[in-house]
Amino acid sequence: MAIDAATVRKVARLARIAEPEERIEALAQELNGIMTWIEQLAEVDTDGVEPLTSVVHAGLPLRDDVVTMGGDADIVTGNAPKSAGGFFVVPKVVE
Amino acid sequence: MASLTSLTLKGALDGLDAGDFTSVELTQAHVEAVEAARGLNAFLVETPERALAMAAASDARRALGAAGPLDGIPLGIKDLFCTEGVPTTAASRILEPFVPRYESTVTSQLWRDGAVMLGKLNLDEFAMGSSNETSAYGPVVNPWRKAGSNQALTPGGSSGGSAAAVAADLCLGATATDTGGSIRQPASFTGTVGIKPTYGRCSRWGTVAFASSLDQAGPIAKTVEDAAILLTSMSGHDPKDSTSLDVPVPDFAAFVGKSVKGLRIGVPKEYRVDGMPAEIQKLWDDGVAWLKEAGCEIVEISLPHTKYALPAYYIVAPAEASSNLARYDGMRYGLRAEGANLTEVYENTRAQGFGDEVKRRILIGTYVLSAGYYDAYYLKALKVRRRIAEDFDNAWRMCDAILTPTAPSAAFGLGENSNDPIAMYLNDVFTVTTNLAGLPGLSLPAGLDADRLPLGLQIIGKPLDEGTVFSVAGAIEKAAGFKAKADKWW
Repeated sequence: MAIDAATVRKVARLARIAEPEERIEALAQELNGIMTWIEQLAEVDTDGVEPLTSVVHAGLPLRDDVVTMGGDADIVTGNAPKSAGGFFVVPKVVE
Repeated sequence: MASLTSLTLKGALDGLDAGDFTSVELTQAHVEAVEAARGLNAFLVETPERALAMAAASDARRALGAAGPLDGIPLGIKDLFCTEGVPTTAASRILEPFVPRYESTVTSQLWRDGAVMLGKLNLDEFAMGSSNETSAYGPVVNPWRKAGSNQALTPGGSSGGSAAAVAADLCLGATATDTGGSIRQPASFTGTVGIKPTYGRCSRWGTVAFASSLDQAGPIAKTVEDAAILLTSMSGHDPKDSTSLDVPVPDFAAFVGKSVKGLRIGVPKEYRVDGMPAEIQKLWDDGVAWLKEAGCEIVEISLPHTKYALPAYYIVAPAEASSNLARYDGMRYGLRAEGANLTEVYENTRAQGFGDEVKRRILIGTYVLSAGYYDAYYLKALKVRRRIAEDFDNAWRMCDAILTPTAPSAAFGLGENSNDPIAMYLNDVFTVTTNLAGLPGLSLPAGLDADRLPLGLQIIGKPLDEGTVFSVAGAIEKAAGFKAKADKWW
């Protein structure tokens, strides 16, 4: 299935990346080239094959439900573009 | 005595133990080498003052008889590992200016064992690339050049800074990471040794994430023994990474030099790809002959799904990357661009902060995970991934380790492949299978091509059997007798 300009616009919106209109057509061609190459996966017989999401065969480890760290708001917000009083300052969300 | 920067890591440890020199002297020599090699663009951040302070503290520990296994050894750190108080960029504009307030588990273990940090090493942006050309800070230049040529060559990627710094004697070893070949291909291109261990050997905590089910840390070093010493320090269970394996860490260096007599070495017929240079085929044949000579039994094996590994990887890795990189929203750290509303702030921040290759992979990942395509692409790729893992499970019934070339070519010129994403992706054709299957893979230099550029061989091992990988690598290293170094031009 070919990726057209409308698909690129939709995916870029989903990924929250502003792509200028003059880049859309070139991007569609690039992504199509890559996806066409990927299409060869259709040749592999995967009937009844379980998807492999993790190569770690052990179960997830559990730890005691206790506080291990915290109370470091200044450290956590220390790299924020904007912060005040231990809070992140973000653009207005609700109009 | 040879210059302090030409020592191996093991040689330097022996010299420190014998009192031939101090860590301050060793570190000073490397600090000067780093400063003199800025033309390679290997270091993004140099930390000479911290290095010399760490070296002085190391000398004090050694005087008290309390030296650790890496005490006083100057290392370079790939700029994907968070280092407390030292900028960490992932070679991306979007993290500018990020100064971690914590230390990655892998680097904290190196400092625990006494190592000294020289600085942070350049890489492809977010480790996405095979030539270092996606770095927002310009590519690293390979210390190696073709005989009689001044053309600038790639050191490979993504750990190009790590590989170049080790090859140019700027550090005694370096940390690196490998998602599809990012340790082994640069090692092959620079005449150095690199190992990606079993998935879960090293904690991923504090390492900037690319594709979490594939990312593994490992060392790049001058010799197989040096790589083994470094990997022992880097490995181990970490409660902060739920996929890190709670298994004992062997003394990997003890496996180097062990006899390989009687080991069965698999040679996969599917790795004889069309258009492979004759020199690489010859090097592979040499490797087979050396191991036969050392008493190994050579077995032809089949890994029938090999050709599907890269296309599967280019669904799985971008899918995971699109999720992982969603965190760069301009709110909590790094760059924030202006916009008329919140969505525009996100979109402009990410448009300005990410480079073209990172954007390309995020878009592919978002596409294959989006409604209507998830089953056809993402789920299909995960099923193919199991087929690839099963190929190896079947192979282990016939062999104890696998020998292949590391990369389908020697180092190429900067700019030669940058307009064709798929041509660039094909660099990882021999390395990506082990990431998908979670297996250890090591690259070591084994010969030079007609242009006098280094070529690497790869040894793949069973899960958690890095020991056998190091033994086989040690045998090849001894037989190959690779001693060539890049002629210093920088």
